[in-house]
Amino acid sequence: MNSLGTVAPRKILSALFVAACALSVALALVPLAFIMFFVVSQGIQSLNLDFFLHDPRPVGEPGGGMRNAIVGTLMLTGLAAAIAVPIGVVSGIYLSEYRGTRFASAVRFAADTLNGVPSIVIGVFAYGVAVLPFKHFSMLAGGLALGIMMIPLIARTTEELLLLVPNALREGALALGATRAKAVMTVLVPAALPGIITGVVLALARVAGETAPLLFTSFGNPFFSTSLTQPVSSITVQVFSYAISPYEDWHRQAWAGALVLVSIVLICSVAARMATARVARIRGGQ
Amino acid sequence: MNRPLVAVPRPPASSAPQHQEGQLKIDVDHLSFYYGAKRALEDISIKIQPNVVTAFIGPSGCGKSTFLRTLNRMNDIIPGARVEGRVCIDGGDVYGQGVDVVALRRKVGMVFQKSNPFPKSVFENVAYGLRINNMASSRSELTGRVEESLKQAAIWDEVKDRLHESALAMSGGQQQRLCIARALAVRPDILLMDEPASALDPIATQRIEELIYGLKKSYTIVIVTHNMQQAARVSDHTAFFWLGRLVEYGRTEKIFTAPSEKLTEDYLTGRFG
Repeated sequence: MNSLGTVAPRKILSALFVAACALSVALALVPLAFIMFFVVSQGIQSLNLDFFLHDPRPVGEPGGGMRNAIVGTLMLTGLAAAIAVPIGVVSGIYLSEYRGTRFASAVRFAADTLNGVPSIVIGVFAYGVAVLPFKHFSMLAGGLALGIMMIPLIARTTEELLLLVPNALREGALALGATRAKAVMTVLVPAALPGIITGVVLALARVAGETAPLLFTSFGNPFFSTSLTQPVSSITVQVFSYAISPYEDWHRQAWAGALVLVSIVLICSVAARMATARVARIRGGQ
Repeated sequence: MNRPLVAVPRPPASSAPQHQEGQLKIDVDHLSFYYGAKRALEDISIKIQPNVVTAFIGPSGCGKSTFLRTLNRMNDIIPGARVEGRVCIDGGDVYGQGVDVVALRRKVGMVFQKSNPFPKSVFENVAYGLRINNMASSRSELTGRVEESLKQAAIWDEVKDRLHESALAMSGGQQQRLCIARALAVRPDILLMDEPASALDPIATQRIEELIYGLKKSYTIVIVTHNMQQAARVSDHTAFFWLGRLVEYGRTEKIFTAPSEKLTEDYLTGRFG
């Protein structure tokens, strides 16, 4: 029985390690908890129906909301998705289909580099190609900047998810007389689709929270606008300009805007996960 | 049975005897196969008649699956793969210039070791080959051929009430018979089966074997198997492979009762492999 005597130190070490892991996780979650707590507690006070239904009022005039910015953010991210989803998904298919080639490695490297480019730089780029030539800030320029940010995210996600599809499915399709393109479009992409959709939504959530690329592309607009060629407000830019203003009322609205933004991102992510889980369940037959 | 295999240019100075073309379904002549620099198959020649079941046996890594996959050019998708020699199906060289691989694979169906139904409904799995090859002109024709294929694969009674449920919800044996139905739907002449029952329980295996027996009336079947009893039960001819070479090929009764090669006998009696 004395052999059991050696067990205790190991158990203690193991327990210490588990405790250290738990502590690290807790520490990592503290900022998140604080952020959520502040955003919700501060934002909820200024959040009311008017916030969604009214545009900003001049300083000193009570009331007003961020209808223009909420619609602006939704349209900007929609525009970004319209640009980035086709390009990103097709690039991702290319990366996975031709993964062994030099060009694919170059594309992969370029995508990773683009992913690491600071968002303000992408904003400057969009300013150069979509604002300067027209001498005009516009929603299109903002959508372009966000779209460029989304492309590498979507391309890499698509690539990785396509690689997860079992090779047996590809062989099954080819053995039935499918061309490579048909096998990809009719079997591989549908099999990876739930994951690709999740990837797209996560990319959307990421760019919806961007401020820097919008500062000098879509710029901002105190009025309601849905025109592609006009400057447009977005929640992030509006929160930024309200937060640095000296007015108490605008500070409160900035908190409410932050809360709305966080909620939009959260709702999108949860909805995407539920939708894809549902699709996976139907396909899996459980 | 002899639907023409695509537009195959006649090879010059054919080494295959012309008068045999009418009878031979598959005629492989001095075939070698390489994965990069490694030679996986060495100088294989084999002639397979229509409507017989041919079993390929041999120890793991002997090249029998590789050889099977040269018959419908499934090895083409492996980078660095290279073929020497000729594989003729109905007299046309499948590695000849201008051969349409898509048409070849439609004519030479394949069932894999691990059942691989698509993550789609039962119906859509069987309809897949018909759809991508535009082989059904109307919905009723499509439905008819799906039903016909499922009946041929002896699975219709089990799935007829759940055609629109996911194929992945079925049992392993059912999935494999579904894959057979899917392969039959495009009406191939030849069916290649790569250890179709190796992942199945004895009862499911028995059903697959009965199915093979029934299918031989309409198809030329080549089956790779690890299971020698299975080869003895289902096949008319047996080919024994060893280290990338074809050691012996002949009538199954003869191979199993009086093999002419010592190596075959040693393998069949369990001295190695």
